[in-house]
Amino acid sequence: MKLPQLTLSSPHLHGDAALDRLMQQVAIALIPAIAVNMWVFGWGVITNIFITLIVSLGSEAIAVALRRRSVAVALSDYSAVVTALLLGLTLPPLSPWWLLVTGSVAAIIFAKHLYGGLGFNPFNPAMVGFVVLLISFPVEMTRWQAPFNPVAFDLGFFGALTYVFSGHLPFDISLDALTMATPLDHLKTGLSLQHNLSEIRSNTEVFGMVAGKGWEWANLAILAGGLWLLYQRIITWHAPVTLLVTLATTALIFNLIDPARYADPLFHLLSGGTILGAFFIVTDPVTGATSVKGRIIFAAGVALIVYIIRNWGGFPDGIAFAVLLMNMAAPTIDYYTRPRVIGHHQEERQP
Amino acid sequence: MAEISYRQIVADGLWNNNVAFVQLLGLCPLLAVSSTAINGLGLGMATTLVLIASNATISIIRNWVRPEIRIPVFVMIIAAFVTAIELSMSAWFYELYRVLGIFIPLIVTNCAILGRAEAFASRQKIVPSIVDGAMMGIGFTIPLFILGALREISGAGTLFAQAHLMFGEGAHWLTMTLFPDYGGFLLAILPPGAFIGLGLLIALKNIIDARITAKNSSPK
Repeated sequence: MKLPQLTLSSPHLHGDAALDRLMQQVAIALIPAIAVNMWVFGWGVITNIFITLIVSLGSEAIAVALRRRSVAVALSDYSAVVTALLLGLTLPPLSPWWLLVTGSVAAIIFAKHLYGGLGFNPFNPAMVGFVVLLISFPVEMTRWQAPFNPVAFDLGFFGALTYVFSGHLPFDISLDALTMATPLDHLKTGLSLQHNLSEIRSNTEVFGMVAGKGWEWANLAILAGGLWLLYQRIITWHAPVTLLVTLATTALIFNLIDPARYADPLFHLLSGGTILGAFFIVTDPVTGATSVKGRIIFAAGVALIVYIIRNWGGFPDGIAFAVLLMNMAAPTIDYYTRPRVIGHHQEERQP
Repeated sequence: MAEISYRQIVADGLWNNNVAFVQLLGLCPLLAVSSTAINGLGLGMATTLVLIASNATISIIRNWVRPEIRIPVFVMIIAAFVTAIELSMSAWFYELYRVLGIFIPLIVTNCAILGRAEAFASRQKIVPSIVDGAMMGIGFTIPLFILGALREISGAGTLFAQAHLMFGEGAHWLTMTLFPDYGGFLLAILPPGAFIGLGLLIALKNIIDARITAKNSSPK
């Protein structure tokens, strides 16, 4: 979903930046994240992505056919693939099939095609799918597997697939042995019980060196993919860097005020969906702001809302909510950050 | 004022000029109360009764009300009937009255009622006004009921839950559990589900209308 600045100024240069190539690059950039996620959480990651891919492509084909457009063209632009990969990565591994189907249909049909298809959607499809599931099925959405659990690997692909469809594990293990709360969840629960941060962090089952055990590696893998996108000039540095810097600065200020209550900046950067949001979500050119200044404001807004939700909100992580809220603000941001037309003064801008 | 055929009134109220699907009036109660089929039916019927009574009264007094003060007069008449409905519901359907809560007194703010008073009852004779009130009311009740049923089925997996609130203790059998082990789809019960559901129903009506138009124009 990363296009370079499309509407900036008039002598448009032609690049080789075709939509399908860009989307392909984004999909490729997600491969390290998928690999590391699988290394941490086992086969559930693959079953997630397998099902979201099939359902997303199927929904895309149906929606496009209903709208009497070319199915082949729509499927070959890889945008549905990227949405499916992002959704599959953000949902808890080993999610039941109906959860994956609901999320994919909400993302492709409701968030994208009901608004007019790719390029017309005001909200990021993958994030809409995620939020629909989060507010509809809070129990399933917080059932994350424990990192590095041997059972998740012994299952194998078909064992995991059987579980996803039937809800039964092939051997005598209860789901509780597989799942635990996410690090951000632990932090929130611990703080609400008046524990201080170092007590909470001393739980080595959950927390690793700087952030959640396993999660820190998954986030670093996403960072690698994101840096590769930057190197390929698929995305520009403004939005990701602004998001990370704003989140880190806010976290640092509160951490310095009360280190027993507010986690350090590194923890915030490498927890939950921060890196994925910074490099793969806020860089979406369709649902984000357009101009450079606009993108910086957009990303800073996302970072602030994420910090507010994580610390004082009802949910452990807030990337998806923050992105959707800022999506709503994007047209306004664009309006106030319109670049000056060549030959005009700033004051002459028509209201 | 030109006479309007009853056929026209019925078609307008139920389909062509439907309060919920075409005029998009009364969205506040429509979206807020349609979480179950019974709630929708209850509020729809209360609204219909108010519409019939207010339309009839306003049609009777239409020649004595000066145009300058007609809106306050209409509102007072509507408010009087809403109060009457509210008191009777609290007397005879107390449980349902408690479930619907603030939305019973809020019927008075339903723009559809004042809209019909202004657009129809104040210009037509009493019988057509009553028919119009009934048709507009039914045309409001049916979408409310369908939307309520859809949201109830997809949100909780049941249909006609709490039917006894409306039809008495003998109606418990009406409550159907369609999906026994249903976890619930919270989005459908929450306000966004109402907006999405109404959007889908309007889309369905538009498809049917397009089909009808195509059918009527093709044989020529």
